[in-house]
Formats: sequence, structure tokens, C-alpha cells
Amino acid sequence: MKNAFHSSALALAMMGAFAVQAHAQDTLKIAYIDPLSGGGASIGQIGMNQLNFIADEVNAKGGVAGKKVQIVGYDNQTNPQISLVQVQKAIDEGAQVIVQGNGSSVAVAVSDFITKYNDRNPGANIVHLNYAAIDPVLTNEKCSYWHFTWDASADIKMEALTNFIKDKQDVKKVYLISQDYSFGHAVAGAAKRMLQEKRSDVEIVGDEFHPLVKITDFAPYVAKIQASGADTVITGNWGQDLALLIKAAGQAGLDVDWYTFYAGGAGAPTAIKQAGLENRVFQINEGINNQGYGPAEERADALMKRFSDAPVYYPRMFNMMDMVFKAMAEANSVDPGDFVPVLENMKHDSFAAGDEGFMRADDHQFFQPLYISTLGALEEGQKFDEEHTGWGWKMAASVPTESTLLPTTCQMKRP
Amino acid sequence: MLEIIFISTLNGILYGMLLFLMASGLTVIFSMMGVLNLAHASFYMLGAFFGFELTRRLGFWPALVLAPVLVGLVGMAVERYGLRRVHSHGHVAELLFTFGLTFVIKEVVEMVWGKLPADYRIPTSLDFPAFTLFSTNYPAFRLFVLLISIAIFVALLLVIKKTRVGLVVQAALTHPGMVGMLGHNVDRVFMLVFGVGVGLAAVAGVIAGPILITQSNMAGLLGPILFVVVVVGGLGSLGGALAASLLIGLVQTFAVAFNVSLADLFGSSAVGAVLSVWLSDIWRVTVAQVAPILPYLLLVLILIFRPRGLMGTRDT
Repeated sequence: MKNAFHSSALALAMMGAFAVQAHAQDTLKIAYIDPLSGGGASIGQIGMNQLNFIADEVNAKGGVAGKKVQIVGYDNQTNPQISLVQVQKAIDEGAQVIVQGNGSSVAVAVSDFITKYNDRNPGANIVHLNYAAIDPVLTNEKCSYWHFTWDASADIKMEALTNFIKDKQDVKKVYLISQDYSFGHAVAGAAKRMLQEKRSDVEIVGDEFHPLVKITDFAPYVAKIQASGADTVITGNWGQDLALLIKAAGQAGLDVDWYTFYAGGAGAPTAIKQAGLENRVFQINEGINNQGYGPAEERADALMKRFSDAPVYYPRMFNMMDMVFKAMAEANSVDPGDFVPVLENMKHDSFAAGDEGFMRADDHQFFQPLYISTLGALEEGQKFDEEHTGWGWKMAASVPTESTLLPTTCQMKRP
Repeated sequence: MLEIIFISTLNGILYGMLLFLMASGLTVIFSMMGVLNLAHASFYMLGAFFGFELTRRLGFWPALVLAPVLVGLVGMAVERYGLRRVHSHGHVAELLFTFGLTFVIKEVVEMVWGKLPADYRIPTSLDFPAFTLFSTNYPAFRLFVLLISIAIFVALLLVIKKTRVGLVVQAALTHPGMVGMLGHNVDRVFMLVFGVGVGLAAVAGVIAGPILITQSNMAGLLGPILFVVVVVGGLGSLGGALAASLLIGLVQTFAVAFNVSLADLFGSSAVGAVLSVWLSDIWRVTVAQVAPILPYLLLVLILIFRPRGLMGTRDT
């Protein structure tokens, strides 16, 4: 009896092993390494939802290069060390495509790790698809052949934002508040430099850094902004750091205009509505709902039907995965060694409005039209509100692709 | 300047009082049962989510009463059927039990309400500026939170110092065996204290939820600070917990308000020139940037120089 049990267990295990192998041959495993718990979880989960949604779209059409796409989430708790452990784990489990975005500190570590891993293991061909980390070092000093980014870098965004602010004569005193890590310092540095250049009459009355995703009550910071007499706040804060900041500002009745990078999700629209900041919060990104572009509306509609609480926070994730799948199909291979050369020079009509963007081979930065928008009550003809607030994004200015081209110092090392 | 000092003081006291609501229960449970309830902040989170859910269904005022009662009942059940059983296996088992409980509560909250922040709003009846000072509004809800916390502190003090129940609790703190001999059901006292303790944390959750964030990681953000409060204040001392809560609330708020760094302090003096070389890493770091670690610095200093805490009575 005991023997029978053993042998059948062995048989089962072997069948399992074969099944896994057969399974692995016709699936493309994409590892999603981002915060799925802790302070960053709210936006990490939104990204995971979007990625799963796109994977299901592709699978419904028969997959890519003959393979079904499978998304596997790895929780990195917004922590660079844990991320590296998770990247290693993902590689060990057979993933060659690593999607990671939130936290430039994490992205720099992951990109470094992957580049070294590929150097040491010729043929491993791991690729890092970055949809959100925008510290400019990623496409300059620390650029890598195995790293691609779809979000405009902090310098590009700040350049566009300061061009917009340049003509606003009521901006006189600016307060900068940023998260205390590489990205926050990049944003604050760029803001100071560019404002000085374009509007030397503007006074910078505060340059604050606070810990990343750890502050629960921003009232003390808001009191400080209030006391500084600022009329404008510029911040690169994302996730709960933005939502809570605006929430506290609303409660204190802080009367300023906000210029932000990431006001689209994780409670920020809710906070803006509660604070009554109609058309006072500006956001720069690569697309909003309500741009009236049919294909985007269809997909956004389908996404929001499936995940009703989470908005389309990452239009760039559609750009990214659409391009990657296109490159795989063109190369007829899911091995990054084959499809990266295709991806490097690819042109792509952006998800949000169908305008042309392109991947620059020199630094693997995707260039695309950017839009500056404000949140306010839905107007006639606008379909989408955010987080069930009844308020939606509307266009304040658009920045064509040509105006976003910044030079790079990247010395790309090709294998 | 006056404006920021005044507003920071109010904010500091408010944060301190919220900490006190949680720490008061924790410190009493700790000194009575010898259990460091690692899950205390999780009950605070449970309070916030129960408050959110009940507010949605019944309105804020019923939620303010019902949510803490419900959480208190959950707490009593946990004590009766969980803690009491592992009690016989010693403190390590109890510690592990409450540690595990934090994960269970977090997972349950994530399963029911998800990982995204809940849209827990300030009730409309309290959503107006209480007063405007210089140019800053002070929200009525914050003032309300402040008053509630003070009221609870006074009530708690009266119950413990002036009533028979308080007498039994105090006695059970130090001489549980003797209290049992005198015919009191010590187990039931423990259960009640645990229930009331986590109920107070739940009150903090219900009223802090709309101001701070109602999200599944809120327990993790506040938990560590609670232990600082309990240790700094001294075990089992309500007065100590109050003093430590206010101290930490004020230190954190005021630290944020000021941009002083070592460079500003020593400036261009001769000492400054030497120090700036030796301390180059932290030379330009402002107090505002290190605000969040100040409570832990305080914890370390207290453990070194006054292990019993500010008002504690025994060195444990």
C-alpha cells in the first residue's frame, strides 16, 4: 500500500513536471514587479489591473507569436533591495520580460541588476520595461540597452510644465514639495533651474522634501506652505503622497494652484473634489480620458467596466504593451534578444489620441505628445469622470512630440 | 511665524491626542496582561473601516458609537478564545499570536475593502472651517476630534480613579492573584479591559479615518509609533501615555515646521568649517527632513537614560 502510494505520488509529480514544461513552452511569462502592499500598493494594484487587462485583450486575439501571455505579480513594497530579490525570483521562474515602474530608486537598481545579469549570462536577454520611473539618470548616465521607458522623464515634463507656467503672470511665489529620494530631488532641481531660466521674477519660497509614502498627516507641511505666502505649488508626488497632501490642503483652505505630475489616481481625484479645487490642479501626462478618441474610449470603457474603482491611471502602459507585443509579432519571437532591435526604432500612434510617437534608439526613451489638463465638473460631451466623483480631466494645453525632445548624454552599450 | 506656531501647536496636540486614544488601551493591556499587543494598531484600522462602512449605511454619528462597540466585541472574542488559550504557553506565544493577528486582520481588510484607499469623508455637518486664523482655516472636524479625545481621556481617568470598576482594574494590574482571591473574576476583567482598550483604538480609527487615510496599510504606518509612546510614557501609566503622546505629536509637527540644519546652526564659524567636513553627510539635512525618525531617537534616548519611561513605576 505504502509502495503504491509512493509510486503514484512519483508518477503524479512527474506528470506535473511535464505539464509545467508543456505549459511553459506556449506561455509568455511577464513579471510585474511593483508595490502590491504598503504605501505604494494603491497605484501598484492599478498598474497590475491594467497589465492584466491588456494581456487578456491579446490572449483573446490568440496571443502573441503563438504564445499566451501570463502576468505574474511580484510585490516589491517600493523597496529596491526587495525588488532585486523579486527580479531574481522572476528570472528563475522563467520570465525574460520584467515590467516595473513605480519608484526611480527601484528602477535604477533593477535596471543596473538586469544589465549586469545580461553581461554575466550571455544569452539570458532579460529586458526591463519601465512605465513610470522618470528620474532622468535612467536615460542619461545610467542608460542601458536592456531598459526602455515610456513615461516622459522628469526633465521633459518639467520643461513642458514651466513653458506653460511661463505665461501665467499670476504665478509669483512658488513652493516646491517633493518626496525625499532620487526622483523628488530630480523634480525639485529641474523646477528651480527652469523657473530661474524662464521666469527669473518668480520667487521660490520653499523647497521641501518629505519621506516617501510614510506621511499620514500633511497638515504640518500645509501650515508651512500657508505661512510661506506661496500662490503656486509644484510637486512630483505620486500615490498617497499626493492624495493626502491635497486632502490636508483642502481642509486648511490653502489657496494655491497646483502643478503636478501624477494627480490621476490613488485617491487624488477624490481629494481634489473634496477640497473643491475645481480647475486649480494641473497635471501633465501622456493622455486623459475625454480626449474624444474612439479607440481609446472603447478600451478605457472596457477597462473601467472590469475595474470600476480604478481609473486609466497609466495610458502609457497601453503604449508600452502594444509596442512590445507588436515588436514580438514582427520579430516572431518573445525573446528580448530578437525583439529589442525591432522595439528600439519603433514608431507608435499613442493610445490616448492616436498621435505619432517614437522610441529613440539613442536612450530608449519613448517620445509622445504630452497634455496638461485640469480636473473639474464634467462638461457636456465628456464621458468619463474619475473615481466616481463626477469630475473629469479636461485639456488645458497640449505639447506636441517635437517640443518634448531633449538631448541625451547616454552612451548606449550594445551587446 | 506666530501663525505657523499656533497652527502647528493645534496640529501637534491633535495628532498627540489621536496617539493617546490608541496608546491608552495599549499601555493598560500591556501592564495588566504583560502582553505587548502588536495587533493594537490593526484594531485602529478595523475601527476606521467599520466606521467607513457604517457611515455609508447609517451615517457618521451611529458609526461613531457602533464601530468601536463592534471592534470592542471582536477584541473580547479575540481575548476570550485566542489570547487566553495561548496565555498558558508564555509570553512568546502571546507575542506571536498578536503578531499573526496583524496579518490576519490586514488580509481580511484587503479582501473585504481592497488595497485602495476608502473614500471615507468628513460628515457634512462638520465640514466647515471652525475658525480662520490669519489665512489658515482650522477645520471644525479637527476641533471635534480634539474635543472627543479630551473627553475620552477625562472619562477614562474618572473611571479608573473614582469608580469601583477602576479600583478592581488597578488592583488587577499589580496583584491579579489577590484580586482573584477576593472573589473577582480576573479573567473577565482582563477580557473587558482588552475589549475597552481596542475599542478606544477603534474610536481613534473612526475619527482619524476621514482626516488621515483609510487604507489597508494604515496600521503599519502608525503601529511602530504606538510602541514608542508606550515605552516613553512608562508602562501602565495613563498620565505617562498622555504626556508621551503629546510630546511626540508636538515634536513631529514642530520638526516639520522648521528648516534648521547643522549648517545653519554653526554656519561659517571656525567650528562649522571643521564640522562640515566630518559631518558632510548630514550637514545640510534639515530638521524637517528627519522629523519622522525623531520619535525613534526619543525612544532610544529614553531606553538608555530612563528605562521606566517618563511616568512609569517599574523598570521593565
